[in-house]
Amino acid sequence: MSCWQTIQDYGLRSIGIGERLLPKTDFTLCQQFTLIGSGMIWNIYFGALALFVGFFIASAVALGKNAGPAWIRKPCEWFIFVFRGSPLFIQFFFAYFIFLKVKQLGFMPWLTSAQAGALVVLILNTAAYSGEIFYGALRSVPRGDVEAADAYGLAGWSRFRRILWPTMLRLGWPAYTNEAIFLFHATTLVFFSAFPTLGQRGDSLYYASYFADKTFNPFIPYPILAGYFILLTLVIVGLFGLINMRLNRHLPQERRVRLRFRPNLLR
Amino acid sequence: MFEFCADPETLDTFRWFACYLTTGKHIGMYWSVLTVLALLAITAPAALFFGFAGASAARSHVSPVSWLGKAYIAVVRGVPDIAFFLFFVIALDQMFEYLRHKVKCPDWTEPIRQGNDFIVCDAAKLPLGSSPQWVHETYGFFLAVLTFAIVFGAFTANVLFGAMRAVPRAQIETAEAYGMSRRQAFWRVLVPQMWVYALPGLGNLWMILIKATPLLFLLGVEDIVYWAKDLGETKHARFTDYPHGDWRIWYFLALLVFYLTFTWISEKVINRLTKRLSHGQATLGGDAQRKVTA
Amino acid sequence: MKKLILTTAALALSAGLAIAASHGATVRLGTEGAYAPWNFINDNGEVDGFERELGDELCKRAELTCEWVTNEWDSIIPNLVSGNYDAIIAGMSITDERDEVIDFTQAYTPPDPSSYLATSADVDVESAVIAAQAATIQAAFIAEQGWTLVEFATPEETVAAVRNGEADAVLADKAYLEPFAGQDGLVMLERSEMIGGGVGMGLRESDGELRAKFDAAIQSMKDDGTLNTLIAKWEVASTW
Repeated sequence: MSCWQTIQDYGLRSIGIGERLLPKTDFTLCQQFTLIGSGMIWNIYFGALALFVGFFIASAVALGKNAGPAWIRKPCEWFIFVFRGSPLFIQFFFAYFIFLKVKQLGFMPWLTSAQAGALVVLILNTAAYSGEIFYGALRSVPRGDVEAADAYGLAGWSRFRRILWPTMLRLGWPAYTNEAIFLFHATTLVFFSAFPTLGQRGDSLYYASYFADKTFNPFIPYPILAGYFILLTLVIVGLFGLINMRLNRHLPQERRVRLRFRPNLLR
Repeated sequence: MFEFCADPETLDTFRWFACYLTTGKHIGMYWSVLTVLALLAITAPAALFFGFAGASAARSHVSPVSWLGKAYIAVVRGVPDIAFFLFFVIALDQMFEYLRHKVKCPDWTEPIRQGNDFIVCDAAKLPLGSSPQWVHETYGFFLAVLTFAIVFGAFTANVLFGAMRAVPRAQIETAEAYGMSRRQAFWRVLVPQMWVYALPGLGNLWMILIKATPLLFLLGVEDIVYWAKDLGETKHARFTDYPHGDWRIWYFLALLVFYLTFTWISEKVINRLTKRLSHGQATLGGDAQRKVTA
Repeated sequence: MKKLILTTAALALSAGLAIAASHGATVRLGTEGAYAPWNFINDNGEVDGFERELGDELCKRAELTCEWVTNEWDSIIPNLVSGNYDAIIAGMSITDERDEVIDFTQAYTPPDPSSYLATSADVDVESAVIAAQAATIQAAFIAEQGWTLVEFATPEETVAAVRNGEADAVLADKAYLEPFAGQDGLVMLERSEMIGGGVGMGLRESDGELRAKFDAAIQSMKDDGTLNTLIAKWEVASTW
């Protein structure tokens, strides 16, 4: 069987299109590359959606933590603390447990599937981490910017929308880039721990361990997986770098925040 | 543990739990807490060492060294730690045994790879086949530490590399103006000052390191999550004196409390350290401290 | 004295002799420790179960000193071929795929069917949602039939999935499922599937000598009936 044929058969296997049965004997490198790559669809799905939705929640949580009234501030602080303070492994376990209970009460039965349930957990997780990053950035918005906004008569929503928010993003962006990288890495845990895999439609790690289990040789599938993730990381760094340039476009050249060289990059 | 534990079926709830929570297996779990703490305590400085080496290499003016440092940072950071753990330990172990084999048994004629088997001479085995179990366990622990240190070393290198860049250029120029060599300026001016810039990043890494410990069981170290899973599973009366249903939720709750407490304490310590390190530094934090005292 | 033997062996530069000498010291037996009644960790934190008793008896008969090691199931074969222990004794079915990578002794339990544990006796497995542990022969079997398969990371989760209605039935070794039957309204189905071969010990392909020793020991236990007694005691499979 030619490699092109393999790609046609298994390229979309992870979303249930193509050959129903996974290869069982005579594993070729092409099969491993194709199926593990096919699994990357789910990693990208989880990562991209969680990042997108989480971004807005994070902005809200950062504002909330920065807010005056305790009844807004405290819940935001606790939200960030619980999700940042515990391993994702354990969050998945509890989430699955709670989703099951909710389902048994007759609500939202789709939450127990990995595609929805794990996505919810990842959204909340990244919202907490990015929320803390944005909160830190919000605290370091230069006072001059705020005073200038006041002088122009900007207040309330428009002050936030036009002054605080862009500056916050600009300051927090390098750290947020790292958070994005970590989030994509974390998506490999979805099928690895709590959530079930339906009909052998798993993520890249699922297929990598499938091959490792069948060939008893971990030295081929896992490095392939690693290779895919290095590529993905490069793409993320590239995309976020473009956004970073846009965020900093009004600054003189040498004052621009260079993405790679910021010290407190990590979550 | 207690004398009354001989026949658990007859006990009242309190005593039953007193016995249950002190079985050999539970003691194993309590020990594993210490294992995790010990691992963190050893890994942190080791990762710092790897990170420092990586960052220094990446800054080097010798191109190959600089590429090597940058490649280390980029590649290891780009890979999910879980994927790394799944094959790296075996690779590391084989590498050590291979090196020892080359040194200790130069006259060995058999191939090392025989089909699927990886065979080195007995003297090169790590640990030696004849050594007791605790040596094997210690060796496994050491491999886990090394793997963690290499992975987190790459992240540390990234942070330190950034921190070295963040030290104001003028400081180095001044040092050079005073006649210090590159090496002297690096060790006497750059390194002491970079920590304050590195600390937020390092603090975050420490938190991530804590939360990566549930992956230890992949490296063959029996950590708390391993025990919590095993202990929480349904136990039938045929195989234990303390049968119970699916109690995983309770064990995981205990883990949650453990991790939350641990990160909470860490956060406090890091905050305090940041204050201490900002003292006398040319940063906003340092300025703020001066204003208060002045 | 032991040390002396080792040095002479190393000097003799003979692979066979050196391996034999090391086996005179200790043979490390790798197991999973999470698959009652085959092998599990008991209340005292030690490896226990059918295979513990079997392994100890085999080592006695083969005059070997043995030591027990636990290892994750996923990496149990890679760690064997890499030399971290000398034999796998972990309820491992003898399959062609595995036989290509490692060697097996003769089976110490006969091939046994896998069973279904379900929410009710009239579940039709062909149209139902069937749970199985990921990367097991049972999971592969269901996928091959084209039935609806959900995979979980651990066996415990597969049973939990049936209990809370995520799956209609779970397919696994009969000996593993049996203790759950009758609890929470779970029942064993009449239907069973003949998959997998007998269970044997796994050894490195280059380790023929050790394999022969264990093979002989298993044969002697089969011959004098002690193996059957042990199988019956732990209810792991049918007897020979």
